[in-house]
Amino acid sequence: MMNHSQSTGADYNYTIVRQFALTTVLWGIFGMAVGVLIAAQLIWPQLNFDTPWLTFSRLRPLHTNAVIFAFGTSALFATSYYVVQRTCQVRLFAPKLAAFTFWGWQAVIIAAAITLPLGITQSKEYAELEWPIDIAITIIWVSYAIVFFGTIAKRTTSHIYVANWFFGAFIITVAVLHIVNSMAVPVSLFKSYSLYSGAVDAMVQWWYGHNAVGFLLTAGFLGMMYYFVPKQAGRPVYSYRLSIVHFWALIALYIWAGPHHLHYTALPDWTQSLGMVMSLILFAPSWGGMINGIMTLSGAWHKLRTDPVLRFLVVSLSFYGMSTFEGPMMAIKTVNALSHYTDWTIGHVHSGALGWVAMVSIGSLYHLVPVLFGHGRMYSTSLVNVHFWLATIGTVLYIVSMWISGVMQGLMWRAVNSDGTLTYSFVESLEASYPFYFVRFLGGCFFLTGMLIMAYNVLRTVKAPKESLPALAEA
Amino acid sequence: MIMSNFWSIWISVLTIVVIVGCFILLKLVNKNYTGVEEGKSMGHEFDGIEELNNPLPKWWAYMFYLTIVFGVIYLALYPGLGNYKGLFGWTSSNQSIGTEQGLKADSAAALEAAKAENRLSQYDREVAHADEKYGPIFAAYLATPLEELVKDEEALKVGGRLFLQNCAQCHGSDARGSKGFPNLTDGDWLYGGDLATIKTTLMNGRNGMMPPKGGLPIEDSEIEGLAEYVVKLSGREHDEALAAQGQGSFMKGCFACHGMDAKGNKLMGAPNLTDNVWLYGGSRGVISESIVNGRAGVMPAWKDILGEEKVHVIAAYVYSLSNK
Repeated sequence: MMNHSQSTGADYNYTIVRQFALTTVLWGIFGMAVGVLIAAQLIWPQLNFDTPWLTFSRLRPLHTNAVIFAFGTSALFATSYYVVQRTCQVRLFAPKLAAFTFWGWQAVIIAAAITLPLGITQSKEYAELEWPIDIAITIIWVSYAIVFFGTIAKRTTSHIYVANWFFGAFIITVAVLHIVNSMAVPVSLFKSYSLYSGAVDAMVQWWYGHNAVGFLLTAGFLGMMYYFVPKQAGRPVYSYRLSIVHFWALIALYIWAGPHHLHYTALPDWTQSLGMVMSLILFAPSWGGMINGIMTLSGAWHKLRTDPVLRFLVVSLSFYGMSTFEGPMMAIKTVNALSHYTDWTIGHVHSGALGWVAMVSIGSLYHLVPVLFGHGRMYSTSLVNVHFWLATIGTVLYIVSMWISGVMQGLMWRAVNSDGTLTYSFVESLEASYPFYFVRFLGGCFFLTGMLIMAYNVLRTVKAPKESLPALAEA
Repeated sequence: MIMSNFWSIWISVLTIVVIVGCFILLKLVNKNYTGVEEGKSMGHEFDGIEELNNPLPKWWAYMFYLTIVFGVIYLALYPGLGNYKGLFGWTSSNQSIGTEQGLKADSAAALEAAKAENRLSQYDREVAHADEKYGPIFAAYLATPLEELVKDEEALKVGGRLFLQNCAQCHGSDARGSKGFPNLTDGDWLYGGDLATIKTTLMNGRNGMMPPKGGLPIEDSEIEGLAEYVVKLSGREHDEALAAQGQGSFMKGCFACHGMDAKGNKLMGAPNLTDNVWLYGGSRGVISESIVNGRAGVMPAWKDILGEEKVHVIAAYVYSLSNK
């Protein structure tokens, strides 16, 4: 086992990291619980209890915002603040501003949790929050950038570590995406209209939407991966050169891929082709991260037998590889003609969201929490193992059911009789999807149960007397 | 749509810079210029993490090259670089065709020109292909009088499928309708239920129009009585005195559309108020709402959406729903 509580002498700011680490678990449970509820509503619609703020239409944005911006982004705040200090060997720049990013971000999350169920929305996917909250996000995000890059600037190491390249790219690009896409004309405190209209609005929205995936959910979490995988495995990063190529190619190409969300729409032909081509070329750079992570385990594969934390990280990389193969395939226009608007898309997203984003965050947190609270390991390693299996089985149930349901829907929608009429009505395809909706709901329950076990394990670790949980001896 | 030259060049240059840039980066880094022996540590260390100078995996680098080659070929063949049309001259749809009424004449001319120059879009080709394949089937149906078509089981099946795709959204999969959308199975018709009338309704659509208070000088205080009278007309339990009051209001002009006997008028789609069949609901509350606010029901015209051949078959199916 890696001696990860090794002191380097520097006095790091762990308060902010602890805060964000704990809220990651809290918001993870909240966001995923809402996800399980809306998955259940798709099987038992009466679960909206005829209450407007409990309807699918309002809870679905609450679920996506909670898991992406409350759970995922808290995990990124926690790990980036931790990694940037440890790899630059300096204390965090502007600690008060850092504290502001924590409290500010919590305020934004609360505001989202209130306004979205009330139906206050800009109706842009993953950018639903109304303009006053958008402005608050901008201020907090700029503060985040100042803290992060300020810390990089005063580093005592000669180079900037690769994890920080990814965190840095994620912070800058998310700021640009958020500001451009959220441009709107306010008409009242809770209502505004987008500055864009028609196909331009759709394109700006999906330029934002896809790069929320590309920079927040991919680049940010690759930053996490580049620290916690080598650290947990106790091995050097496999290839410095690979990290150079795949970093620059990834950030140069990702920004072009948005139009693949708008294939066969009013978007001009050239934009659609270009989005498809760039998405395809993106395939190799995306896999670069997976290869570098997995090959880092060379010489440490035996650790997978005893270390469930490392298992989380490695399986997350496998799901990452799977979904970044699937993504470019789905961006091909002829494949997209089948997959678009079906549950296949939902399956793809969750293979990334559960398999990659959540699993790499969970693995990193299991590494992080003991360090932050002065221990050598989590309270219970076997509970980490139980969580690992619940999360893996949950993810597989979720994505496999959505694959089958999605492909089935696509095939049903395009089936044509000998007279040219469509074979199935929409309702028939919906009816055929019910069994798969149930399996998806089960998958969600598995995943959520794992998170609850994690909360218990984290709580026990935090509460344990200092140094009472020593690292296990090397197997 | 053609964009200005500036934007066309802007987008093309950026695209080429990114793709060629990736290629050059890959080529450069594929060789070892680091000054460190391959497989050895780069010599920097971050919080205990070192980085090795391993070469790029060969299969990965080849795969990267392959996608770049694919991208370049695709962008040569298909539109993608600004206004450049691509060697195949492919378009998804005919960009000069509009769907608004004013553009129809221009659109038809543009389509003819495109066909003459053999620049058919993918959409045009698919429609032409479908017309060629399925056109004769529906042409044969159209040539069959409706009276005979309703006896053709196969035609009714086709009509049923078209109904599910195009009509069920409002009238329901079982054609029993819902609030504001007529039930097509009960034999009660606003505009008439003979074959020819059904087809006319489908072809041209209908605009059901009941103005607020019938456009008559009816006071708010009269509404309750009027609603009670309508309840009486449909043969239900009622308050006789209140209904008598309402009858007086009815005579202010409601009869102009609904008839002296309140049995409606199929020529204008005015509903029969005596049969206890309700489009919006027959409770006193909903009746009052209909009187106060009026109603505007719209059945779209399908002749331009589906064409007469398909409407013909659907008309037979709709007729068959209440004439088993």
